[in-house]
Amino acid sequence: MYQYDELDQRLVDERVEQFRDQVARRLAGEITEDEFKPLRLMNGLYLQLHAYMLRIGIPYGMLSSVQLRKLAQITRKYDRGYGHFTTRQCLQLNWPKLSETPDILAELAEVQMHAIQTSGNSFRNVTADQYAGAATDEIEDSRIWAEIIRQWSTLHPEFSFLPRKFKIAVTGSPHDRAAVRFHDIGIVIHKAPDGEVGFEILVGGGLGRTPMIGQTIRAFLPKKHLLSYLEALLRIYNLMGRRDNKYKARIKILVFELGIEELQTLVEDEWNRNKDGPLALPQAEIDRITRQFSAPPWQTPASAPNQPVGAVHAFENPAFEDWERVNVAEHKQPGYAIVNLSLKALDRVPGDLTAAEMDAVADLADRFSFGEIRASHEQNLVFAHVRQDDLLPLWRSLGVLGLSTPNLNMISDIICCPGLDYCALASARSIPVAQRISMRFQDIKRQHNIGELRLKISGCVNACGHHHAGHIGILGVDRQGEEFYQITLGGNAGENASIGKIIGPAFASADVVDAVEAIVATYLAIREVGETFLEAYRRVGAAPFKQRLYPEPNHAVA
Amino acid sequence: MPLLKDGKRVADPWVHVADEVAVPATGAVIVGLKRWRHERASLLKRGDPVGVRLKSMHTASDVADDLDHLGVVALALPVFTDGRAYTNARRLRERHGYRGEIRAIGNVLPDQYLFMLRCGFDAFEVRAGDTEKDWDKAVQAISVFYQPAADGRESALSLRHRTPGA
Repeated sequence: MYQYDELDQRLVDERVEQFRDQVARRLAGEITEDEFKPLRLMNGLYLQLHAYMLRIGIPYGMLSSVQLRKLAQITRKYDRGYGHFTTRQCLQLNWPKLSETPDILAELAEVQMHAIQTSGNSFRNVTADQYAGAATDEIEDSRIWAEIIRQWSTLHPEFSFLPRKFKIAVTGSPHDRAAVRFHDIGIVIHKAPDGEVGFEILVGGGLGRTPMIGQTIRAFLPKKHLLSYLEALLRIYNLMGRRDNKYKARIKILVFELGIEELQTLVEDEWNRNKDGPLALPQAEIDRITRQFSAPPWQTPASAPNQPVGAVHAFENPAFEDWERVNVAEHKQPGYAIVNLSLKALDRVPGDLTAAEMDAVADLADRFSFGEIRASHEQNLVFAHVRQDDLLPLWRSLGVLGLSTPNLNMISDIICCPGLDYCALASARSIPVAQRISMRFQDIKRQHNIGELRLKISGCVNACGHHHAGHIGILGVDRQGEEFYQITLGGNAGENASIGKIIGPAFASADVVDAVEAIVATYLAIREVGETFLEAYRRVGAAPFKQRLYPEPNHAVA
Repeated sequence: MPLLKDGKRVADPWVHVADEVAVPATGAVIVGLKRWRHERASLLKRGDPVGVRLKSMHTASDVADDLDHLGVVALALPVFTDGRAYTNARRLRERHGYRGEIRAIGNVLPDQYLFMLRCGFDAFEVRAGDTEKDWDKAVQAISVFYQPAADGRESALSLRHRTPGA
């Protein structure tokens, strides 16, 4: 894991004191809320429906057990004893007091964490593959590049006032777990035919009101040019991105309006002037960062040769077997496995974790996974390096905590935004809908029979719950004070990205779970052997789902 | 507007001439881009220094060929959240090699001084109450810089990999 050097630490410490001064000026009435707003937004502090909300950055989702314990302590001391993991691999506190936020940031700095640029119109937390460094299909560790980008994008003097927020994600595997095609910039690590490793750069993806899939702007970029290329691209966006309308200000709109070829020409011209300048990455820096993500000291037990996932204890315990088949992924090191901790049990708010659970997870990480934890954009946690012969005791321990629900990528593994329960922007509640769907589909055997089905819920058109990328997407809308839910089908976040299509008129809150049930029943009726929901939908299209949901012809209009 | 130049409150030797106002016979003036383009010959003939004001939608290349004649390029921030001036300043310094004054005008706030300084601004038309003390506090708040920029401050990257003795 990356360890701050003296420079990284000094910057974060100075930033805390700068913010402490800004808060003091606000509390003393020296600056107005309007003047304070952009300052607090540079430090992840929002004003929500009921209180301030502080969003803590977790770069590329990586946490040490020490950091997780600190987060637990902070939620106890300054908040209400829980935190909420977000789709940007961040952690949100929902009830901090303004006057205490500088102290929270100071405590975070003690464990090399911060909240810089977790909001505002600048670079947001850089995200990466939660299986980085452990995945079997990985070309290179995405965290190395995410950390290099984190540093370059932190307090960037030229790009702190972009037209709109800017999100970058990196994947080191062809199988994309980081949804890079729905980011302002998506970076895919590639190996060229001659063996050189570099990057494919995608631009203009995004969700929100106008969902778009990122397009390739450069098929192959040598490693040392990563930052100079990003700087050139950001420079064109900073100058040409729209500033007249916040809903048209993301780079996806610039890509759409200019066309990818025109943008490419402008970026290449800018880049060719600067690529060999001071932003060219010295090999020594790449090596310095790479060393910090070197593999932990795996101790492959001689007694336990590598087992395919799902075969470790197959005949001992059916509940364990279910969990292992669904929540455990293959590891590149023989004898090891990747374990997903589901934060989507029946009685949970998706992504929430209490302080006691944070402490317990930190302890388990120390015992079973070299003291490290990752947060995924699906709002779950990951132990990336678990010995296969530790799977059974880990499963038992997770069961005690309620974190072993075997539902990874199943219908109850729902991505869900905070919605109207917390958020000032929301049109409708999303958490209760997620809970009702989980309740309806609580029979785990039934979920496993349905198979992979990614359901995502947003409480408004800003799409924080990624509903456009859900196999089933649910969008909350407000109709004269009543909550309605619009359903989209066929979205997907991975390497075969697609945007869900609206299936028909929205459903009243009381009917939305029945609608999901009807969609699932339709799928089960039409699926061919081994066909997932998404594959079936792509084969047959929307028609059978529409017929089932809107049987009367006068209702069958979108 | 009070002027901070290189961090010091100084008397402003330049006069902003609004687009609809006649250019005075003598004295250093800052004029809009349109006027500069239309009255370039007569402005140069005056013999006194000339500067140009750019709106945020203008780019550095709009004045790139004129920089030898310009003592000031003033970049407008109609609102502080309009970040285009930062790119324009860097391009003036780094691409076009401009060594004259780059002045921030408009919604110029202390919390942005350091970013601007790093992008090549060296003069700031500040709010009435903003002092040298505010300046010092703002530019000293952060002392680590991850990015090389237009101000010559050494980046973290460079500090980490500096050749010993070089």
